[in-house]
Amino acid sequence: MTYKSQSVAKLYFIAAIALFAAQILFGLILGLQYLIGDFLFPAIPFNVARMVHTNALIVWLLMAFMGASYYLVPEEAETELFAPWLATAMFWIFLLAAAATVAGYLLFSYSDLAALTMNELLPTMGREFLEQPTITKLGIVVVALAFLFNIGITILKGRKTVVNLVLLMGLTGLAVFFLFSFYNPTNLVLDKYYWWWVVHLWVEGVWELILGAILAFVLIKVTGVDREVIEKWLYIIIAMTLITGIVGTGHHFFWIGTPEYWQWWGSIFSALEPIPFFMMTVFAFNMVNKRRREHPNKAAVLWALGTAVMAFLGAGVWGFLHTLSPVNYYTHGSQITAAHGHMAFYGAYVMINLTIISYAMPLLRGRNAANSNKQQTLEMWSFWLMTISMVFITLFLTGAGILQVYLQRVAEAPQPFMAVQDQIALFYWLREIAGLIFLIGVVTYIASFFIGQDEPEVVLGES
Amino acid sequence: MSGAFTKTMARNIFYGGSAFFFLLFLALTFDSMGQLPSRDNRAALSGPMGPQIAKGKMLWEENDCIGCHTLLGEGAYFAPELGNVYVRFGKSTDAIKGFIASRPANGIPGRRSMPQFNFNDEELTALAEFLKYVSEINSAGWPPNDQG
Repeated sequence: MTYKSQSVAKLYFIAAIALFAAQILFGLILGLQYLIGDFLFPAIPFNVARMVHTNALIVWLLMAFMGASYYLVPEEAETELFAPWLATAMFWIFLLAAAATVAGYLLFSYSDLAALTMNELLPTMGREFLEQPTITKLGIVVVALAFLFNIGITILKGRKTVVNLVLLMGLTGLAVFFLFSFYNPTNLVLDKYYWWWVVHLWVEGVWELILGAILAFVLIKVTGVDREVIEKWLYIIIAMTLITGIVGTGHHFFWIGTPEYWQWWGSIFSALEPIPFFMMTVFAFNMVNKRRREHPNKAAVLWALGTAVMAFLGAGVWGFLHTLSPVNYYTHGSQITAAHGHMAFYGAYVMINLTIISYAMPLLRGRNAANSNKQQTLEMWSFWLMTISMVFITLFLTGAGILQVYLQRVAEAPQPFMAVQDQIALFYWLREIAGLIFLIGVVTYIASFFIGQDEPEVVLGES
Repeated sequence: MSGAFTKTMARNIFYGGSAFFFLLFLALTFDSMGQLPSRDNRAALSGPMGPQIAKGKMLWEENDCIGCHTLLGEGAYFAPELGNVYVRFGKSTDAIKGFIASRPANGIPGRRSMPQFNFNDEELTALAEFLKYVSEINSAGWPPNDQG
C-alpha cells in the first residue's frame, strides 16, 4: 500500500464479505424452499428470501467495486484520495441503508414496507432486483454521486492511466443507467424495456468495464508485464464488450411485446458477446505466462485466472446456450436462466472482487506483499471449493432446466408448472448439496483471514 | 498482440465502436417506440378498465409478486408464469380472483403455497384486470403453450 488513503478500502471489503456470507445463507434457504415448499412459511416467504439473496449480492458487489476503486485509483493516479473522510462517511451511510433495507424486508410484509416508505409518491418497488424502497434508491444515488465525485477528482488531479479512465467510465455508466430504475410506467412493455437499461446495460455493459479495469490492475501488479501491453488488451476487450453487448440487449426483447426484429438483432449480437470474455481468458493466461516476476501472492494470481475462465464459461458459454431466439423461445424464464445467472455472476463479478480483495487485503492489513503460506493455502482451498461447487450448481440447474423445458413446453402433452417441479426435485436436491459445499468454501474463505495471520508472509527466494 | 496494432488503434476502436453501436441501439429503440402502440395493448390502459389495470400493477409491485412468479418470462422461477394465466384459467377474471382469495394463510404442509394477501374484492378485480391486460400484449407467440 503506497498511499495512506487507500486504507478506506478495507471497510468496504469487510462489509462486502459479510454481505456475501449473508447472500449464501439465504441462497441455501431458497434452495430448500424449492424442495420443502413450506420451509419458514409464512415467516420468510420465498420472495422475501430471494430479495435478500439478490439484493445482498448487488450491494456487496457495489461495495467491493467501491473498495476496489478506493484502493486502486490513488495508486494508479499516484496521489492521495481527494477526500478520504467522504469515502468513510459514505461507507457508513451505504451500510446503514443496506442494513435498514434488509431489516425492512425481513421485519415487515413487503406491502407494509411499501406503505411505510411511501412508495406511492414515486413507485419504483416490486420489480426484479430493483425491489429496494424508493428512499433506498435515492440513497444509492447520493452515495454513488459522492463516490464518483471523490474518485473523479482524484483521477483528475493525478496521473491519468487507462486503468483509471476505464474504471471511471464504467462507474459513471453504472450511476447513469441506475437512473432508469426511477422510470416505472403503467405500460408494462415500456416498464420492462427500460428496466433492462439498468439490468442488462449494467451486467453486460458497464460492469464489464469495471471488471476489465480491476483485472488489468491486478495483472499489472502480479505479473510485472509492461503496462502498454496490458492497456492495449484492456481497450480491445472493452471495445468488443460494448460493440456486442449494447445491441445485445435485444436478447431480452424477444417476448416482452417489442417488435420481432429484435429476434434478429438480439440473437446475432448476443451470440457475439462471448468474444470479449474469451479474449479476457486469453489475455489473463498470456500475461501470467509472460510474467516478468513471481509474485508471492499466489492466491491472487489464482483468483485472477479463475475469473477469466469462469466469466467465459458462465457469461459466455452458458449465456450463448440460450441466447438464440429459437432456443430462447423454449428456455425463456426457466431453470436454464437460473443456471446461467448463477455461474455468470459468480464467474465475472464475485470472482473479480475476490481477486482484488485477495490482492489488496494483505497489503491493507500491513503485509508487504502477501499473506502467510497457511493463509494462502486456505484461500486457495476456498477458491476450489466455491468454484467447483458453483460448476455443479450450474450443471444441476441446467439438468433441471432441460427437463423442465421438455416436460412443460416441448412434450406432446405439456404438463403444468407445479407438476413439472415435482418431477425435477432430484436436481434441486443435488443443487442444494452443492450449495452446502459452496457454504463450506465461504467459511474456509473467511477463515483464511484469521488462521495463519500470525505467521510470517510468503517471501520468494531466488527463482 | 503484434506491434503493428497499437494502443491508440485499440482505443479508437473502443470509442468509435461503442459510440456507433450505442447510436444504433438508440435508433432501434426509437423505431421500437413507434411500433409499440400496435403491440403493447395500451388501448386497454386508456379504456374503461384503465384505472383498475394501473391499480393492479401497483398491487403486483407492492406485494412483490415477481419474487416468485415470472411475467412474460421475467422474474423468479418458483411459481407459474402469469403473463398468460388469464388464458390458462379459461379467460376468466373470476377464476383468477378465486384462486388468489382462496390461498390458506398458513400454507400447505410440505408444499409451495402462495401467501394469503387478504385482498378485498376491488383489489382482486384490479389484479385480475392487470393480468388480463398483460395476456393481451403481443409477445410474439410466447409462451409456447398455455402451461407457460
